[in-house]
Amino acid sequence: MSKELLTGWGRTAPARAERRSPSSVDDVQAAFAERRPVIGRGLGRSYGDPAQVSGGLVLDNRALSEVHHFDATTGIITAGAGLSLDDLLRITMPAGWFVPVTPGTRQVTLAGAVAADVHGKNHHVDGSFGQHVLRLTMVTPSGVFEITPSSDPDLFWATVGGMGLTGFITQVTVQLIAIETDKVLVDTRRLNSLDEVMRELKESDATHRYSVAWVDCMTTGRHMGRGIITRGEHARVSDLDSPSLTGPSVAKLTVPFDAPSGLLNPLSIKIFNEAWFRVAPVHKDRQVQSISTFFHPLDGINDWNRLYGRRGFVQYQFAVPDSASEMVVTAIDQLSASKVPSFLAVLKRFGPGSPGHLSFPMAGWTLALDLPVGPAALPRVLDELDELVLGAGGRLYLAKDARLDGRHLRAMYPRVDEFLSVKARVDPENLFTSDLARRLDLIRK
Amino acid sequence: MENAFGQPQTVIVFGGTSDISHAVTLRLVKQRARRLVLAGRSADSLAARGAELTAAGATDITTVIFDASRPEQAGDTVTEAFDALGAPADLVVIAVGLLGDQLAMENDAAASAEMAAVNYSWPVAAIAEIRRRLIAQGSGRILVYSSVAAIRVRRDNYLYAGAKAGLDRFCEGVADSLVGTGVSIQVVRPGMVRSKMTAGMKDVPFTTSIDECADNIVKGLGTSAGVITSPSILKWVFLALLHLPRPVWRKLSATK
Ligand SMILES: Cc1cc2nc3c(=O)[nH]c(=O)nc-3n(C[C@H](O)[C@H](O)[C@H](O)COP(=O)(O)OP(=O)(O)OC[C@H]3O[C@@H](n4cnc5c(N)ncnc54)[C@H](O)[C@@H]3O)c2cc1C
Repeated sequence: MSKELLTGWGRTAPARAERRSPSSVDDVQAAFAERRPVIGRGLGRSYGDPAQVSGGLVLDNRALSEVHHFDATTGIITAGAGLSLDDLLRITMPAGWFVPVTPGTRQVTLAGAVAADVHGKNHHVDGSFGQHVLRLTMVTPSGVFEITPSSDPDLFWATVGGMGLTGFITQVTVQLIAIETDKVLVDTRRLNSLDEVMRELKESDATHRYSVAWVDCMTTGRHMGRGIITRGEHARVSDLDSPSLTGPSVAKLTVPFDAPSGLLNPLSIKIFNEAWFRVAPVHKDRQVQSISTFFHPLDGINDWNRLYGRRGFVQYQFAVPDSASEMVVTAIDQLSASKVPSFLAVLKRFGPGSPGHLSFPMAGWTLALDLPVGPAALPRVLDELDELVLGAGGRLYLAKDARLDGRHLRAMYPRVDEFLSVKARVDPENLFTSDLARRLDLIRK
Repeated sequence: MENAFGQPQTVIVFGGTSDISHAVTLRLVKQRARRLVLAGRSADSLAARGAELTAAGATDITTVIFDASRPEQAGDTVTEAFDALGAPADLVVIAVGLLGDQLAMENDAAASAEMAAVNYSWPVAAIAEIRRRLIAQGSGRILVYSSVAAIRVRRDNYLYAGAKAGLDRFCEGVADSLVGTGVSIQVVRPGMVRSKMTAGMKDVPFTTSIDECADNIVKGLGTSAGVITSPSILKWVFLALLHLPRPVWRKLSATK
């Protein structure tokens, strides 16, 4: 038990809270007995403030990381909610099983993956994480629930994507996917305009399980939105000379201290973007890559968020329906014209969303940008992008948000009230709240 | 809650009817501030300010009446304001101040005591209670209006500037006490601003408009700067002035 300053991965808006590491249902219930605001926390890989509640109790799920059952014939695993995908893969990959959905980092917990209903490069084929969850055990102020999508669909889908606000998850059962090797066969295309990038990405909906594009949001004019598309499939034994099945590698580098604010400035980011673009092959097929290189390139460096300096950074990620493809072009245009520096903009395709009340993905496009805090224009530039997103019938990703105006929440998430009525059933006094929920006026407590 | 850009959502303003402070609040409402408590001396002017803030987008405005010449009541006033807000306070502004009439007051013990009460004792007492509450809350900012006049006190306004100097230095210590608590305190040192407080005075160099000053303050609020000087060049000007020999300073700063 300790009082600590907590932030999300973007290291903005710190809050002091009391952090506990419950290792049993009793520990969690004991926390409720104090009647203080409470929220769960995993590895803190959300960018903003969903896993903190200032002045309250933050229940760290890391002590709950035991693997309770792993069936290597069916690929079904039941584990403590605090098990990281990294640790999970070390256990399951040698047996030929991979997570059905992985975010861009393995350093997330099972509960974090459920609470944000995370998506990966395969959303257009496989959907989001919650759609592969078979069972959840959760502790709420109204009792302990073991639920499946059919036993209590309301609570299940309020919890999937519910940003930890319905209760504290203690156990998760997931159906994994079978793999033959620990490698991915990757096709790369370097394309000179946003139009080409979007056309190619859309075409690969049917042809590739995994696809993603990196888009340059700092180049204006004809090459605006130029990008690199990478698409992949799990390699089969017959694809490789010496097939192997081992878990992911361990990060070797660590950023030891905060970089000076301003290290990542418009010029350095432009140079980085240019280099990134030049280094990519124009056209390459069936390149053999490791799981880490393809899915989690940033996991090679620990604490890379410190590169953004003391003021931190925000990630802006929106989704818009296919009917609003034009909006993606307008957004990138607006961003590159605004001259706020942005790193590594990632453009992906989404398939249909999950039944999660507050789940983020919707069929269409998603764009994510990392933006250092500092430029005076940035708050306004993003407020203006919000208007575009709203106009297009889209939404922002709560796991990344750190600055949305609460007035827009219901337009982006029309099922908020449905969500709140389920929450009222299991948490009538709104003990569960977070700085995110307060900031968005989702819960006034 | 405050967002990633330091934009507050809930704000309590003590003494919020001054022009500068109101201009700052208005800007905050145009960003994210929705729920506000305005505390001041006169119900009428609070209501008028509140109406403008509502028109700008504030959704909840409550007012609290208090008298800054009664520091012993500051704790109760702060409690009343926090209760009226009914949510964690992201930003608490202390904008109380009395410029006074130096020449008319300097031989008057009671008037001098009032200058010290309003400009120093009330804010100090209020900060004691605000600080305690924000630490328990685990987040929040305190913004305290000082003045560039507090950097080097002049013969012509030592009652005002002396009290502000005390407050300004007091806040330095408070700032150090807050490291690691999630709470921070920022001091604003505006230079001369054309406002109702300064009506009839002549413009000194680097005088700004209310709007410029408010812009500078809002910009500073988004950062972790301990001191916000407006315009920022005055930081350097006063650094130089601070090192002038006393007789030179006396001559230079004399306005009459
Ligand atoms: C480099 C990087 C790349 C990323 N890429 C992607 C991506 O491609 N796709 C994607 O979808 N996301 C992505 N993310 C975001 C990340 O996957 C999510 O924010 C995820 O929720 C983080 O999990 P965590 O364990 O760190 O949880 P935290 O960030 O600690 O918490 C996230 C949420 O989970 C809740 N929570 C935590 N534990 C519990 C519990 N036991 N019970 C109930 N609720 C709980 C918290 O309250 C909070 O609301 C990325 C993040 C980073 C840093």
